[in-house]
Parts: sequence; structure tokens; C-alpha cells
Amino acid sequence: MSTMGGLSQMKLAVNFLTIGLVILSLPCGSYTEIPPKPPGSVTVLPPVKPAGGPQAFPDAENSNLPVFTMDYARIQVPFEVTLWVLLASFAKIGFHVYHKITFWVPESCLLISIGLIVGAIMHSVHEEPPAVLSYNVFFLFMLPPIVLESGYFMPTRPFFENVGTVLWFAVVGTLWNSIGIGMSLYAVCQIEAFEVQDINLQENMLFAAIISAVDPVAVLSVFEDVSVNEQLYIVVFGECLFNDAVTVVLYNMFIFVADMPVVEPVDVFLGVARFFVVGLGGMGFGVIFGFVASFTTRFTSNVREIEPLFIFMYSYLAYLVAELFSISSIMAIVTCALTMKYYVEENVSQRSCTTIRHVVKMLGTISETLIFFFLGVVTITTEHEWNWGYIMFTLLLALVWRGLGVLVLTQIINPFRTIPFNFKDQFILGYGGLRGAISFALVFTLPDSIGRKKLFLTTTICMIMFTVFIQGISIRPLIEFINVRRTNRNLETINVEIHSRLIEHTIAGVEDLCGQWSHYYWKDKFLKFNNRILRKILIRDNRAESSIVALYKKLELQNAMEILDTVSGDINAGSSIVSLQYVYPLSPSSSCSLSLSLYFALSLILLLSLSLACSPSLSLSLVLSLTLSCSLFYPLLSKGLKSS
Amino acid sequence: MGALQSLPDEPEYRDLSEKTGFSFEQIGILHKRFKQLSHNEDTLRRDDLNTIPDLSCNPIRTQIIEAFFDKRNFHQNGEGTVQEISFEEFLVVMSHFRPPALDMTEEQREIIRREKLRFLFNMHDTDNDGTITLEEYRHVVEELLSRSGALGKETAKGIADAAMLEVASISMGHMEPDEFYEGITFEHFLKILKDIEIETRMNIRFLNMDTTNLCKVNRAYPDCTSLTKYTDKLLESCLWFGFGLL
Repeated sequence: MSTMGGLSQMKLAVNFLTIGLVILSLPCGSYTEIPPKPPGSVTVLPPVKPAGGPQAFPDAENSNLPVFTMDYARIQVPFEVTLWVLLASFAKIGFHVYHKITFWVPESCLLISIGLIVGAIMHSVHEEPPAVLSYNVFFLFMLPPIVLESGYFMPTRPFFENVGTVLWFAVVGTLWNSIGIGMSLYAVCQIEAFEVQDINLQENMLFAAIISAVDPVAVLSVFEDVSVNEQLYIVVFGECLFNDAVTVVLYNMFIFVADMPVVEPVDVFLGVARFFVVGLGGMGFGVIFGFVASFTTRFTSNVREIEPLFIFMYSYLAYLVAELFSISSIMAIVTCALTMKYYVEENVSQRSCTTIRHVVKMLGTISETLIFFFLGVVTITTEHEWNWGYIMFTLLLALVWRGLGVLVLTQIINPFRTIPFNFKDQFILGYGGLRGAISFALVFTLPDSIGRKKLFLTTTICMIMFTVFIQGISIRPLIEFINVRRTNRNLETINVEIHSRLIEHTIAGVEDLCGQWSHYYWKDKFLKFNNRILRKILIRDNRAESSIVALYKKLELQNAMEILDTVSGDINAGSSIVSLQYVYPLSPSSSCSLSLSLYFALSLILLLSLSLACSPSLSLSLVLSLTLSCSLFYPLLSKGLKSS
Repeated sequence: MGALQSLPDEPEYRDLSEKTGFSFEQIGILHKRFKQLSHNEDTLRRDDLNTIPDLSCNPIRTQIIEAFFDKRNFHQNGEGTVQEISFEEFLVVMSHFRPPALDMTEEQREIIRREKLRFLFNMHDTDNDGTITLEEYRHVVEELLSRSGALGKETAKGIADAAMLEVASISMGHMEPDEFYEGITFEHFLKILKDIEIETRMNIRFLNMDTTNLCKVNRAYPDCTSLTKYTDKLLESCLWFGFGLL
């Protein structure tokens, strides 16, 4: 029975491979013939004698109409971009085949590993990775989706309750880290044994600013799974977001300073002033664009199809305008998303709302996946400069300063918090300081005028690998071991919502009564202002709806859905209603191995086409042999999977 | 800033501090506020509280004011309501909103949780019979939603009914068709709200600084002719804004 199944599946795999080979022979054949044409020009290909390899069209000396032509150079750039995105996304599908992998190892680690493998392949065929990480491409195309996603899905209530703490850790914490690490590294550089005395103070500070950008993406997904207490989650989340802004400001400042021969005290003062201009200006721009976007959506009831467009265009516009004035574009886009979200989601249709959320998430995920993937690729393909002393000391100092920073800052701010951070929270806060995309991009785009750029690059990559792999993998068992305070997320009952509102109003009232104000007072005032003025301007039909009523409606809707007996959980995430009509009689084991083999074949084909796009012949034979041997061993593979 | 005045270390303050857990400075400030509200008399009446302008926009102000005159909140095992309260009773009611200290054990936290939930329960249960009936619950929901526009009583009724059903299904499991759910007892109330982490949410930050100058009472500012008083107020409001953000 199993051999019969294995045989039919092998036939399938071989069929697949032959089709793939046919497709791939075509570019291989014609790549050597067509001279590279400038993009945008019309190409009418003359019949050429093929230099070697299979011929795509028959030999013709007279100029007949060519039946079949090929022009790779014209589509090269979009084609390669699409292939890279697809490859990274296939990697993501592959991780989730075995769900236990993603449970213990964060996705960023897996992506970096796959990137390392692909980088190794590319290195062996002596090909350069695409110039994805140039300054403009990263900052104009890859960073905005990530930041937009973070800003859009930030939980607003906990954020505003903890905004002081978040800003304190983001701003002061990053400054503490950069200055501390910079100074200590400069001291380390003075030690003769390490041969790094040519790095001056400015370059050290620049490097320290880059290194102190925290990016706990991996940690946040663990936090969500484990549902750690809300305050810790929002502080880590907010710190990650806002310290990007601080780091980019510091980076630009230090780049400028590194070029200057002499630094005067007035420059330091100007730096501080610039910092405030940048931060507050970014927020201001974001709020303005957010309001304009909300106002626009008030009038879109007749053009529902393009409603999501406004969200993306306005937030991107906020980002670009902020970049124009060299103020913090990250703050601009985050505040734009925060402001916009509340009003826009009331104005647009349900479908547009779903589309917006989905597309924002999709773009953010793609961007992030690509960045980690390229981190792996670039690790192998760039030139490195290794220096034991500098790298080890950087790792050590980064850890030490982060730990110290968290301790000191928490001690200062705990008295002002209603729920102070205990030592367990502080430990996780310090340990969760992983480095990631931003540090990598910033160091990659350092100008070449910095002498020891390769050393910085190597150190940053080491830092990222160390934190992501070691800290990222170990943080889940640690959280469970030290038993951090958790939040109960299951709070979607009417009673809890009613009583939450009751508590809030009671506290606001008693505060008014005894004359002590706190954030409930300001929240109340803001809500009044909101209801009286803002909602009237920005929302189309102004039905002031309490959150209790909103929750009630949502729960009723869920009850109705359950009665309809559809897919459990999120109704929108289940299969489409069309697909539910067909029931596939596949046994689970064969479907698993079938999908695995398809996945395997598809990814190999992609790899093949990628390497072929770069240079034919050698890679072709290499990968052909790989695929053939894999397909031959396929029945063994499937047997092994069935038993697991 | 001239905010912290020297406080008499009266023996009454010591008693009050032990009973309610406030510090001497906090008691002094609250005493000032009490005097301000009651126009320097010894007892506070409902009308005095009704004149606070910010409180009048609160949808559940009646319940809040009633809570201060409810004997059940005085921790003396009394019942019913009074017409006027003394400073000690004022403080006792306020002490329901103190945050738990950092070094409390789990049992102490549980006690505090019960106290705060008891306060909320008393807000619902206006007729003192120990259960929250459907009518009482409906009343509270109507008050809560009264500020959100013209929703009509039907929606509020529907929501209150759904809420009661939820409590019934959680506390009593499956009920027979002819069984009637009498009302929410305190134990059921504890059960449905056990996840709400009330000891961290139902808190007021009582600081040791005097801000009673900033609050409007009877829509009249205290006499502020001198420039220093204005700047004092400005500084204090900035500080409060800063604290508020945190």
C-alpha cells in the first residue's frame, strides 16, 4: 500500500521536475545570446546564431517574423525582486509545517539560518546579492511597512497609560546605552593589544548609537504567546518603536559630527535642541496627516473600493514629508497611524477595514522577513574584518550597559508608577533587548569615509546573531522558569467590560471629589473634547458609541456565527465559503508528505532559477544533481515523515 | 513652592492613619479638601458634593455620591444611608482607593481585592438585600450609557439582560427551564470579576502634595491676586500634567 502510494507520488514529483526543467532551460539558453538592452527600449530581436545550449527557435538567415523571443534583461529587476520575496515567503511556510519548530525557535532565527544557506550558495557561485540594503531602498521602501504595522496594531489604552515610562526607557535608555557603550569602547580602544587605536571617539559613539537600537521582534511574539503582563509588553513594544526614532536621530547627528574636525560645546547644545525639534516635529506631522486622512475618509462612502488606499498613501506621505525635513519619520508614521486608526475604522466599510488591517500586516511581515533573510545572505557574502578584542568587548559592554540601564532607570521611575516593576520584570526587560534590523541597516549603510567600516559590520552582525539566537531562543524557557506576572487575556465578557467602564468613571469621579488628578482626569477631558469636537468633524455619521455597546454587538455577532456552525475561532481566517463546498478525501499522512514534497520541489526550483539568473552552467549542474538525488530519496523521506 | 505646610502631629491623625493606612501628609491634604467642600464645617452633606462642577459630567455621579453616604462602606457593619458624614468616614471611604503596598502578601492582596469589589457591589445593590437584581443592574447600565448619546432604554435593557445571563451561566452552570436566577450574590460577583486585576486598576495615586488650590469649588477660584500664586499654580499644573502622563 505504501509502496504503491510512494510510486504514484514519485511520478508526480518527477513530472513536476521535468516541467520545472523545461521552464528553466529557456532562460538558460537565451541568456548568453541577448545583449543587455537598456530598460524601456523596444526590443525587436534579430535571429542570432546560438552560442551553445538548446535552441529556442529555428535557424533563420532571412529576416522572418520571430515566432518566439526572449528578453530577460527587461524584466530582470522586478523578476528578481519577486523571486526573492517568494523564496523568503516559502521559507516561512516551511517553518510552520512542523509547528514545534516555531514554538521553541523564533522565526527570525530560522529566517537568518535560511538566509545563511542561500548566502552560502550564492557565495559558491561567486554572485553578489542584490543591492537591497542600500540606504535609500531600506529607508524608503523596507522600513515604512514595518513601522506602520507596529504603529497600527499598538494597543492604545495600555500605551497611553504607560506613555511616560515608554518614552523614558526609549529616549533616556537609548541615550544611556549609546553614551555608555561609546565611552567604554573608546577606553577599550586605547588598549594597544587590540590594534584598534585608530577609531576615534566620534566613530565609537556612532557605532555605539547603532548598536544600542533594540529590536525585540522575536521577544514580542513570545510575549504574546505567553501573555506576559500588559505593562511589560507595552513597555518593550513601545521602547522598540520609539528608540528606532532616537537611534536614527543619533546616527544622523554622529555621522555629521564624525565629519567635522572639531566639536565645540555649542554643537552639543545644538544637538540637544535638534533632538527635540526632530521628535516633536515628527509627532506633529504625524498628527496632522492623521487628521487629514480621517477627514478624507469621511467622504469616501461612494468609492469604497479605494478606501484602503488613503490610509497607505497618507501614512507614507507623512513618512516622506518628515524625511524631506530630516525630522523623525518613524515618529511621524507611528503617530499618523495611531491618530488615524480610531476615526478611519469608524468611517470605512467593514471590508475596507479588514483589507486595511490585512494589508498592513502583510506588508510589515514581508518587509521584516526580507530583512532578516538578507541579514543571513549578507553575512556570508560581504568581506569581514575580525578582531577578537573589539567584538568580545562590544558584546560584553552592550549586555552590561543594558542591564545597568534598566536597573537604574526603573529605580528612578518606579515611584511614579501605579504598578511598579519588580525584579523579574526588570530582568526580562533587560534580557529582551535583542538587536535586529535597524542596527544592521544602519551599519550597512555607513559611509565609506569611516575607516573601520568592515569591523563595525562584523561586530554588528555578531551582536545580532548572538542576541537573536541565544537570547531569543532562551527567553521563552526563562519566562516560564521565573514565572513573570501574566495578564489574563480572556476578558471579552460583557460583565468585565461594564465593570471596567464603571471603575474608570468611579475613579474619575472620586478624583474630582478629592481634588487629586491623574491620567484618568486627562483621559476624561480628552474624551469629552473628542466627543464634542473631533468626532463631529472627522466622522461621517456621528453616533457616539460606548465601548460596552460595541462589545455587546461584537459578542452577539459571534454568537450568530457559532449558531451557523462554521469554522471555529476567527471566522475570517477560515477557508472561504466557496472552498468549503469541496471535501478532499485525503488521508492525513499522505497529504502531509505530498505537501512537503511539493514545498521541497518548489523551493528547489526557486533556488535554481535564482542561481541561474546569475550565472548558468555550473549552478545548473549543481542544482540538477541536488534535485535528482532528492527526488530519488523521496520515498524514504516520506516514510520517515509518516512515522513522526 | 509653599505647598507642603507643616502639619500638626495630632493624635487623631495617628488614629486615622492606622485605621485607613494613609500617611500624615495625605490625611492633612484630604482634611483641607474636606474643609473646602464642607465650607469649614465638621460634616459633609450631599449638596456640598453636588456642586463640584467636574463631577456633574460624570454619568454615575449619583452612585458615587451615594457611596460616600452608604454606611456599608464605613467598615462598621452598619446598614442604610446617612445624611451627613464626618471626616473620619470620608477617609474610610477614600481608603478603598488606596493602591496596595509593594510588600504585601497574597492574602493581603486578596483582602484588598475583596474590599474593592465590595465597594463596587454596594454601588449596585441599592436596596441592601445582598443581591444585585436585574432591575438594579439595568439601572447601572442605563446610567453608564446615558452619556453616549441617544441609545434608548431598549439597548441598555438588552445589554443588562445579556450580562445577567452571562453571570448566571458562569455561576450556576446549566439551569433548568423553570429555574429563575434571583440575583447576583457577592460570591458570584467575585467569581465573574476575578480576572479583572482590580487591585491594580481601582487605585488613586494619593500624592503628598497639596493641589487643592487648583480645584474649582462652587465655580469660584480662591483669591489669587498676587503673581506668585499664579506662577505657583502654573508650576503645580505642569507637575500634575507630568505625573498624569506617567
